[in-house]
Amino acid sequence: MALIHLSSPHVSKANATNRVMRLVLLATLPAIFALTLFFGWGSLIQLFIASTSALIFEAICLRLRKRPVMFFLRDGSALVTAFLIALAIPPFAPWWVVVIGTFSAIVVAKHLYGGLGNNPFNPAMVAYALLLISFPVEMTQWNAPFVLLGDHWHLLASFKESLVIIFSGINHGLIDAYTGATPLEVLKHRSGMTTEEVWRNNPVLSQGVFAWYGISAAWLMGGIFLIYRKVFTWHAPFSMLVTLFILSSLFYAGDASNFADPFVHLGVGATMMCAFFHCNRSRFRCYQQPR
Amino acid sequence: MNPEFRKISLDGLWHNNPALVQLLGLCPLLAVTGSVVNAIGLGIATTVVLIGSNLTVSLFRHQVPEAVRLPIFVMIIAAFVTAIELLMQAYTYELFLILGIFIPLIVTNCAIMGRADAFASRNPVPASVLDGLMMGVGFTLVLILLGAMREALGAGTLFSNMHLLFGEGARAWQITLVDDYRGFLFAALPPGAFVGMGLLIAAKNMIDAKLKSRKEKSTMPLTDTVTSKRVRVTG
Repeated sequence: MALIHLSSPHVSKANATNRVMRLVLLATLPAIFALTLFFGWGSLIQLFIASTSALIFEAICLRLRKRPVMFFLRDGSALVTAFLIALAIPPFAPWWVVVIGTFSAIVVAKHLYGGLGNNPFNPAMVAYALLLISFPVEMTQWNAPFVLLGDHWHLLASFKESLVIIFSGINHGLIDAYTGATPLEVLKHRSGMTTEEVWRNNPVLSQGVFAWYGISAAWLMGGIFLIYRKVFTWHAPFSMLVTLFILSSLFYAGDASNFADPFVHLGVGATMMCAFFHCNRSRFRCYQQPR
Repeated sequence: MNPEFRKISLDGLWHNNPALVQLLGLCPLLAVTGSVVNAIGLGIATTVVLIGSNLTVSLFRHQVPEAVRLPIFVMIIAAFVTAIELLMQAYTYELFLILGIFIPLIVTNCAIMGRADAFASRNPVPASVLDGLMMGVGFTLVLILLGAMREALGAGTLFSNMHLLFGEGARAWQITLVDDYRGFLFAALPPGAFVGMGLLIAAKNMIDAKLKSRKEKSTMPLTDTVTSKRVRVTG
């Protein structure tokens, strides 16, 4: 009797990684748009730096490991990692922050473990964790969103000024006055005020928070698109969001003056990005490996 | 040199290096290698304890009953560690404070226990002392290398605070690699130690593989040997 044993992965389409990665890149577009709209040109420049450096590191690693360079470069996984790093860090962080990020993601978290499909951790997350531990100052300074500047909106750095800020670190005082903690940071370090007081008194929350809601909505759109295109199932992001909602509701119901309401937890910060773009990365790992 | 002694030395320094091959004593190795001076301090302390315990264990190897040998070894090691601790308290008090709990913890360093049981209890005194010395030096070299890597990456300096160990004159030994370095906290924190250790082990394995392939090429060009080596991962 001839039984043919097929081992996993059972893949029907050729180079499925490529297709998935392209969809993920497409799904980040709303967030890129929202970040640029609310926080200026920084994110686009970070995207450029991250993509370039990630592709260079990927090519070097593949070359050193004697793998087909163009084949793997075209699968787009390095680009996805680069995008997720660039969109997670503050838009006006110095250029070396994102380069160190892509280095640790591509070289350390991915290729030292055996390349695409063999990495136990999500490279973009490893990079983010490393950056946050190593450069706490650079990683928590977000520039004030567009909506907060009000009449001074023209002070938002122009494209050329953004380049100067990112590449030389000199910011001509343009950004300095407008950088600060993110809403969640403000809520956390509130020096004894109740939630309502912080909310009323801190402009980052009372007016600026719309920018953050906008960005979360953009990530949500991208995530729904990916579920619609069956890149991953709804289970993981849904479970994460529901858990967060229930837990924060419990705390909020218990002591509303001390905790933020559940919608803040869902809509401010990187919740949506994590739920849809990081929670599911393990799903990407079972895609085919070239032999 | 006596071929047996030569083998013992090579084993301690390279082939059976306690840190890179046996992977023993990782706890102090990873915890204190934030700078070169810490590494040297712990390395010297460990080496002295290793030599002392190997010497004593070897001297009494015929008197120690097999069944209770491990508790006896622990007592011997603990005695040497206490002595070292008191000495460091007396002569390098600041470094003693920095190394803190990791000096008394040398007692539990599996590398020392391992050498006592695996080597000193079965070999004559001269060989045991040499084994202790070489294992200790091998361990210290890895400590220093890791300390240098982490100090250079984490703080941008090398050999800072050497006066803690070598007196005031050593204050000037500090080399600043990059002026106005912003610091790379990751390297200075424990995760940096793990990554650095991984890289060192990888580098050693790479050098070994290179040496082996070169040797095979020169001796037996047609054989293809596959070997696997298990490493102990406790300690």
